[in-house]
Amino acid sequence: MTAETIAAIVILALPAATAALLALLPSYRISAALNLGSAFITLLAALSLFVAAPQHNAIILVDDLNVVFIVLNAFVGFTASVFSATYIAHELETGRLTAPNLRFYHAMYQFLLFSMNLALIANNIGLMWVAIELATLTTVLMVGVYRTPEAIEAAWKYFILGSVGIALALFGTILVYMAARPTLGEGVQGMLWTRLIDAAEAFDPALLNLAFVFLMLGYGTKVGLAPLHAWLPDAHAEGPTPISAVLSGLLLNVAVYAVLRFKLLLDANAHAFAPGPLMAALGLVSIIFAAFMLYRRRDVKRMFAYSSIEHMGVIVFAFGIGGPLANFAGLLHMAMHSLTKSAIFYAVGQIAQVKDTQQIAEIRGLTVTHPLLGWSLVFGVLAIVGLPPMGVFMSEFLIVSSTFERAPWLALVLTFGLLIALGALVLRMQGMAFGAPTGSRAPAKASAAPILAHFALVLAAGVYLPPPLVAWFRHVAEVLH
Amino acid sequence: MKGLEFDVAHLLAGGLVLISFVLLYQNRLYALLNVYALQSVVLSLSVAWQAYVQDASHLYATAFIALAFKAIIVPYALHRIIAELGIHRDVENVVGVGPTMLVGLALVALAEVVMLRIATDADVLAREDLAFALSVVLIGMLMMVVRRNAVSMVVGFMSLENGLILAATAAKGMPLVVEIAVAFSVLVALVVIGVFLYRISERFETVDALALDRFRGEQK
Repeated sequence: MTAETIAAIVILALPAATAALLALLPSYRISAALNLGSAFITLLAALSLFVAAPQHNAIILVDDLNVVFIVLNAFVGFTASVFSATYIAHELETGRLTAPNLRFYHAMYQFLLFSMNLALIANNIGLMWVAIELATLTTVLMVGVYRTPEAIEAAWKYFILGSVGIALALFGTILVYMAARPTLGEGVQGMLWTRLIDAAEAFDPALLNLAFVFLMLGYGTKVGLAPLHAWLPDAHAEGPTPISAVLSGLLLNVAVYAVLRFKLLLDANAHAFAPGPLMAALGLVSIIFAAFMLYRRRDVKRMFAYSSIEHMGVIVFAFGIGGPLANFAGLLHMAMHSLTKSAIFYAVGQIAQVKDTQQIAEIRGLTVTHPLLGWSLVFGVLAIVGLPPMGVFMSEFLIVSSTFERAPWLALVLTFGLLIALGALVLRMQGMAFGAPTGSRAPAKASAAPILAHFALVLAAGVYLPPPLVAWFRHVAEVLH
Repeated sequence: MKGLEFDVAHLLAGGLVLISFVLLYQNRLYALLNVYALQSVVLSLSVAWQAYVQDASHLYATAFIALAFKAIIVPYALHRIIAELGIHRDVENVVGVGPTMLVGLALVALAEVVMLRIATDADVLAREDLAFALSVVLIGMLMMVVRRNAVSMVVGFMSLENGLILAATAAKGMPLVVEIAVAFSVLVALVVIGVFLYRISERFETVDALALDRFRGEQK
């Protein structure tokens, strides 16, 4: 067995084994440390895939496209575990979580990482579906972990909408297999990405089209595209903050990845319809919808959840526009959004802890009472709305300019949506960060290191992207057509 | 694929759609569960018949899982939950039975039109099974939309899953991994549901999904 294969196995087996172990360990201190350690080793294994990817087989596939997702997943998974280790202790002190709940939380955290990694690395479309279903069920349980009526409603809504989405995606998956069967024959061959993509040209285009509609609706629900987004704000607002960060930063990306893979199948078939316009339309609707909804938010976590809907819209829109530049920008935007948004959630989680409220109106003058958190929030909001010189600016700029090239009118609509969202977020951020301070002045308990690390990366990416990284992203963008 | 083999498969798949309609107009929770159990029995017969026709012995396992879990264990567990929660009253519909049935008919027509036109290359049985499966899936979704009560939403979801299993078995030679996974995830889903029902009832003293709506939006 080669070192690359071992790395791929570690990415899957380690989180699964840790999850089993954490389910048995009663002490939360040990659990938090174990959680962190395991996430760190997973990150190292994921990084090694950048250097050398294993040969694909019937179960795993690591190529230039998904390795970007895997590394991002492992990185945010690790920083969220660092944040979680300090954050969650405070939740225990205030009595929001009990010790058994916490044990459950840690086990589920690793299980979530396992299922997301499995979804990304699976070569089999059926296996990928199973993994995404597992990830959904895991997050449902985690969203409901506080057991308040609000948390249970959020989890219930997420469960119902998520399951319907997942069911539609399974129907689409079955249709893809049906389309592949005449060419690839019966059995597992008709479900492997590596075989499907080569043979896609000969598939029945009508069946493939229908399959994509189901897959787009199904996985699109998981991406959080409007009008299928109803679960997303509740799930973000009511769950523990590390989970909000992982949801926004990672799980939504996993669903985008699934959509992208199936888009490649349709692109490879000359007679199937072009999926781009459908994706661009759904993306644009999400951007505009979320941008206006941002103004009406009173809960800070909910507000940033709507911002995630907006950015998922931007990403799906970029991939829908297609072409090397837009794909490059889409991938970059995805990475930048993951880093920025999860850091914002880390900051917001601590703010909600020290101020004991998530209501925007009740948070004032953060830069006075908690300078680090306050300025982090300011920086995070300025980064996420796309102001230079941060990374999000660069990716959004590339998306807008490549859209101008292909469809100028759409670029106008897109820019309009982005500016509307910018106005809402900056307005609310000013209220929270400045003005006469209110509420507790007690120092924040959780570590600020993950926030600062993410922001440093976002800033660095905006100022200077190392050429090898650019070359890598560009190569992937070309693979995507 | 001809003669008796085709007719039986057709009959069973059509039966699933018919039972989906029966599910739509049930107004008692216990009756709803019984009809769901019946649907699962028909599903397992249909899967077993496919196993026989396609000479695919692994499908018998799927049929057995459908029978054991979906026709016996799940309805029994839900019976117990309902009895313990004391919620065996009428099911409230958001929309009346008449319009619901009409919408259901329209959905079946839609499924038939879409599938029969598209899958012209696939063999006749697979195509018709897919059309029936899509009908069951769509009616299941309709049921989730028109029912207020949490238990009947769950039943709607499970009948939707029945449709998916039908589709998976119609797709000849689809690997067993997936079918077991489907059955397994149904089980997992049930655990989740069970946990949820208990928590919900614990907190709200009702499993009416409307009670959950208090927090919609951001009033506080």
